[in-house]
Amino acid sequence: MQPVKYKRATSVAEAVSLLQGGGEFARPLAGGTDVIVQARERRRDIDLFVDIKHIPELMAISHDANGVTIGAAVPLHLVYGDAKIVSQWPAVTEAAHVIGGTAIQGRATLGGNLCNSSPAADSIPAMMVLDAVAHIAGPNGKRDVSVREFCTAPGRNVLALGEFVVSISLPKPPAGSGGAWQRFIPRNEMDIAVVNAGVWVQLDGANVTDARFALGAVAPTPIMVPAAAEALIGKPLSDATIAAAGDAAKAAAKPIDDMRGSVKQRKHLAKVLTERTLRHAIERARGQA
Amino acid sequence: MVSTEKPRQYKVVGTRPIRPDGVDKVTGRAAYGADTKAEGMLFGAVLRSPHAHAIIKSIDTSKAEALPGVKAVVTARDFGAHAGGGVVDLGETRGQANYMQDNVLANHKVLYHGHAVAGVAATDQHIAEDALALIDVQYEVLPFVIDVREAMLDTAPILLDDLRTTVRAANSTLPTDKPTNIALHMSLEKGDLEKGMAEADVIVEREFETGMFHQGYIEPQNATAFWNRDGEITVWTSTQGAFSVRDAMAALCKVPVSKIKIVPMEIGGGFGGKLGVYLEPIAALLSRKTGHPVKLWMTREAVFQATGPTSATYMRVKMGAKRDGTFTGAYAYLAYEAGAFPGSPMGAGAQCAFAPYNIPNQTVEGFDVVINGPKTAAYRAPGAPASEFAVEAVVNELAEQLEIDPIELRLRNASKEGTPNTVGQPFPRIGAVEVMDAMKSHPHYASELTGEDVGRGVAVGFWFNGGMESSSSAAVNSDGTVSLILGSTDIGGSRASLAMQLAETLGLTMDDVKPQVVDTDSVGWTHVTGGSRTTFAGGWVAYELGMQIREQMRERAAQIWEVDADKVTYGDDGAIHGPDSKTMSFAELSGQLAATGGRIAVSASLTKNTQGPAYAGHIVDLKVDRDTGKVEILRYTAIQDVGTAIHPSYVEGQIQGGVAQGIGMALNEEYIYDDEGRLRNGSFLDYRMPVANDLPMIDTVLIEVPNPGHPYGVRGVGEVPIVPPMAAIQQAIYDAIGTRFYVTPISPRRILEETMPD
Repeated sequence: MQPVKYKRATSVAEAVSLLQGGGEFARPLAGGTDVIVQARERRRDIDLFVDIKHIPELMAISHDANGVTIGAAVPLHLVYGDAKIVSQWPAVTEAAHVIGGTAIQGRATLGGNLCNSSPAADSIPAMMVLDAVAHIAGPNGKRDVSVREFCTAPGRNVLALGEFVVSISLPKPPAGSGGAWQRFIPRNEMDIAVVNAGVWVQLDGANVTDARFALGAVAPTPIMVPAAAEALIGKPLSDATIAAAGDAAKAAAKPIDDMRGSVKQRKHLAKVLTERTLRHAIERARGQA
Repeated sequence: MVSTEKPRQYKVVGTRPIRPDGVDKVTGRAAYGADTKAEGMLFGAVLRSPHAHAIIKSIDTSKAEALPGVKAVVTARDFGAHAGGGVVDLGETRGQANYMQDNVLANHKVLYHGHAVAGVAATDQHIAEDALALIDVQYEVLPFVIDVREAMLDTAPILLDDLRTTVRAANSTLPTDKPTNIALHMSLEKGDLEKGMAEADVIVEREFETGMFHQGYIEPQNATAFWNRDGEITVWTSTQGAFSVRDAMAALCKVPVSKIKIVPMEIGGGFGGKLGVYLEPIAALLSRKTGHPVKLWMTREAVFQATGPTSATYMRVKMGAKRDGTFTGAYAYLAYEAGAFPGSPMGAGAQCAFAPYNIPNQTVEGFDVVINGPKTAAYRAPGAPASEFAVEAVVNELAEQLEIDPIELRLRNASKEGTPNTVGQPFPRIGAVEVMDAMKSHPHYASELTGEDVGRGVAVGFWFNGGMESSSSAAVNSDGTVSLILGSTDIGGSRASLAMQLAETLGLTMDDVKPQVVDTDSVGWTHVTGGSRTTFAGGWVAYELGMQIREQMRERAAQIWEVDADKVTYGDDGAIHGPDSKTMSFAELSGQLAATGGRIAVSASLTKNTQGPAYAGHIVDLKVDRDTGKVEILRYTAIQDVGTAIHPSYVEGQIQGGVAQGIGMALNEEYIYDDEGRLRNGSFLDYRMPVANDLPMIDTVLIEVPNPGHPYGVRGVGEVPIVPPMAAIQQAIYDAIGTRFYVTPISPRRILEETMPD
C-alpha cells in the first residue's frame, strides 16, 4: 500500500472541493470495500481518500411519492433492512444480499458497487432494469445520469474529475409489474458472478406490456438486452416467448473467456438466468412471490 | 456415532474435554507467526518472478538499497556456497538441499511464476514493498511447460540442466544420461500382471487427470529471524516441524544445528504445506546483513504462487475381475508433476493405489516430473487422493459392468490382516472390512433417493499413517499436576490428545496435565506434525512418561512407608497403595517428593513404526443442476476406522475437514494459468474452496478397531478422510446425469461444456 491521505467531508460542496483539489489520485471513500483493497494491493493509484460517510444526504434513505432515493454511502444491510425497498424493489435487495458476506454488507454500498464499475457488479443490472438514476455532484454543479449509461468500460464510468455519486433514485414501480435478479456462481456465496441477470416486466393479464432485461459479466460493462424485451412485449406469456427472451439474451451476450467462465458457458448461462429471472419477475408481477 | 469393537474401559481416553489451548485461541491471546515482535525488528518483502521460466541475466539492487529506510537486499548470492545434494527429511516429504536453496531464492534461473528472486529489509513494510519495484532484474524469457504429459516429451523445455532420470523400473526404456524433466521412473510389481488380466472376465481401463490443489491454510507463511553477532540464529515461525525447519536452515545457511533455535508459534493450518522452509532462510540472510531481527510474511497471492500445491497428475488405471467379482489383476500408470524441483508424492500414491484390495497380480508404474510450477508440498495423505480416485472410479465401473453392488464388490476383495500390500508386506490388523460392512449397513445407503438429477456414489480410501520419532519430558509438580513438554506443534488438537493419554496412564484427569509446546533447544528431536503421526507417536511417548512416573511414585511411597517397593502398587485410580491398606493420592505424594529425594522429572524419546493404517468409506448424495452445471451436496456420510478415538470431537473434526477439502478438489478447486504460464487465480476469491454454506453437515461414523501396535490403540485419523471424496462424487454425478468425468475438478463449467448441446 502506498501512503495515503485521509480527509473527511461533511457537505457535498466540501467533498467536491476536496476531490477536485486532490486531482486524479483522489477517491471518495464510503465503505472502502473496493478502494481500500485496490490501494493496498496497488491495483489503483490513490493518494487521497475523501470520506463521504459524514455527509447527511449520502447516508439517507428517503421515500416519497415518486420512489426512493438511497444515499451513495448507505451500507447494503440498511438497503435490504428497509421493508419498503424490499417490498417494492426486490431485485435490488436480492443483489444487495449477495455482495460479499455479512461483514462486508455492513460497509459496502450501492454507490460503491456502481462506481467500481465492474462488468460483473451484482447490483448494476438490477438497478438498470428498474430505471435507476445516479445523482452526481461536481465542480460544475449537479447532474443526473441513468445507471444504464453510467459504466463506460471495465472499471470506468462517466464521472469526471471532482465528481462523485451523491445518491441513487429508484422510481416507484407501477402496479402489475415485477422485478427480479439472479446470478450464477460456482459456490453459494462469496464469489463473483459468472453471469448475472436483472429482469423487470409489466403484465396486463397474460400479456406483457413492458419489459426490461439486463446482463452482467457478458460484456465490458453491464448491458441492456432490448432484443429480449422485444421478444416479449405485446405477446402472451408462454414457454415459447420466455425461451425467445432467453435466446435473445444469449445472442446479446458477448463475453470473454477468463478464469471465472468460458464464452460458451457464459452465453448459455445468459439464457438460463434470463429465463429463470424472468419467471421470478412474472410471479412477482402477479403478486405470487 | 462411535462403535467399539472391543470395549475397553478408559477414564479420560474417549471423553471430550475442552482443549488446553482453546481459550487462548478463541480470545485472540494465542501468538501466531504474524504476532512476533522483537526489539529493533525490520520488515521485509520478497520480489517474485513475473515469468514462468527465464534466465536471470542480471540483478541490480543499487536503486533499492539507496531508498531511504531500506537496510538490506539479498539474492541467492548471499547464501554464499551452494548447498550440496544432501537430503533434508521433512517427514512426509524429503528434499535435496541444493534444490531447496534454489527454491527459496532463484539461482540464475526462475522456474515458475512467483519464484522468489530477492528479499528486502526496511524500517517499515511499505518501504520494503516500494523497494521491490526498484530492483532491476534482467530476464531472458524461456519456453515453459506446465502440463505433466507435455513435460515428459523429448521436445519439452528442460527446467534443470543437471537432472537425469533415476530408474527403478525393470523394463524402463528411458535414457539415464540425457537432460530430462523426468526425475524418477519406478515400478512396483507383484505377481504376474499378464496372467491376472488373462484370468479376467471383465476389464475396465480409463484415463484420468487431476489438477493442482492447494492446502488453503488460513495463515500465510511467515518467519522472523535474528542472526546475532555470535553466529546464532533464532527463528520464530509457524511450522508443522520445528526440527525439520532447523535441519533445513542448517543445510541452507551452513550453520550447525546447535547454533539454530526454532521457536514454533501457533499455527493457522498447514495440511502438509508447512513442513519445509520458504521465508525462514531469506529472513535469516537479511538479519545477518543488517544485524536486526527481520520479519517476513507472504501475501495470499504469494502463498498460491509459490508454496505447496499438491501434484497435478495424469493417470491410467486398468483392472480385471472375474464374473464373481474377484479382482485378478490391476495396472496403474501414474505421472505426477513435482513442480519446479523433483519430489512429488507419486511414490506414496503408487503404494496406496490398490491398498484397499487383495489383488494378487499388479503393477504400478510411476513418474516424478518437473514442470514450471511451484514446488509441490505434502498435502493431507500426499499422493493418495489422485491415485485412489482413479482406482475407485474404475472399481465403480467394474461394479456396474458386473452388476454387483459397489460396496459388496469391495468387500469381496477387501484387504485384511495378512494380505500382502503392493510391496509384498502383510498388513497388520486393519479395519477395511469393518468400514465396508458399516457402509453397507448404514441407513444412508439404504435410504431412498428422490428428486430429479440426484445421484449417489461410494468410494473407500487408504492411508499408511506415520510413526517416526517423538520426544517429550514431564515433571510432577508439588500440587499434584504434571507438566508435559512437547516437541510437536499443535495443529489439530495434539496438546489435548497427548495430555489425555498421559492423564489416562497416570489415572489423573485432563486438567491435571499441563501440556506446553516448546522450542528446539528445550525438548528432544521430534518429527513433524504430519503423516497423522502425532497423536500416535506422541501418545506412545506420553504413555512411556506415565509409566516412568508411576514407577518412581511407587518407589517414593515405599520410602515414606518404609516398605519394599515391590509391596507398593500404582492403581488405575491414580492413587498409590501399600501394605495394610496404606494409600496416598497422587497429589498427596506429589507434595512430599522434595523430602524423598527430589521432584520427579522424566523424559522419553521413541521411534515407533507400529502405526496402524487407516481405512475410510464415504457415501455421498448430490444433485446436479443440468442448466448451470452446479452440484449441490445433499448428504455426506464418512465412515472411518479410527483405532481408538482419543478425543472423539477432534476425530470427527478431522474427518469433516478432510471431506470438505476432498469435496473442493472434486468440484471447484484448481490452479488456472494463462498463456504465459502466470497463475491467474491466486486468491481465495477465485481459488474456489468450499465454505461452510456450500456443505451439508458431514456425518461421521467412528469405527474403533484398536491398533495393536499402540498402548491405547491409536491410528492416525487426519489424512485418510481426504481420499474418497473425488471418486464418490464422480460416481454420484454419473448416477445423477449419466456422464462420467475423468478430469477434476468436475466444475460447473466442465459439466456444462461436456453435457450441453452446441
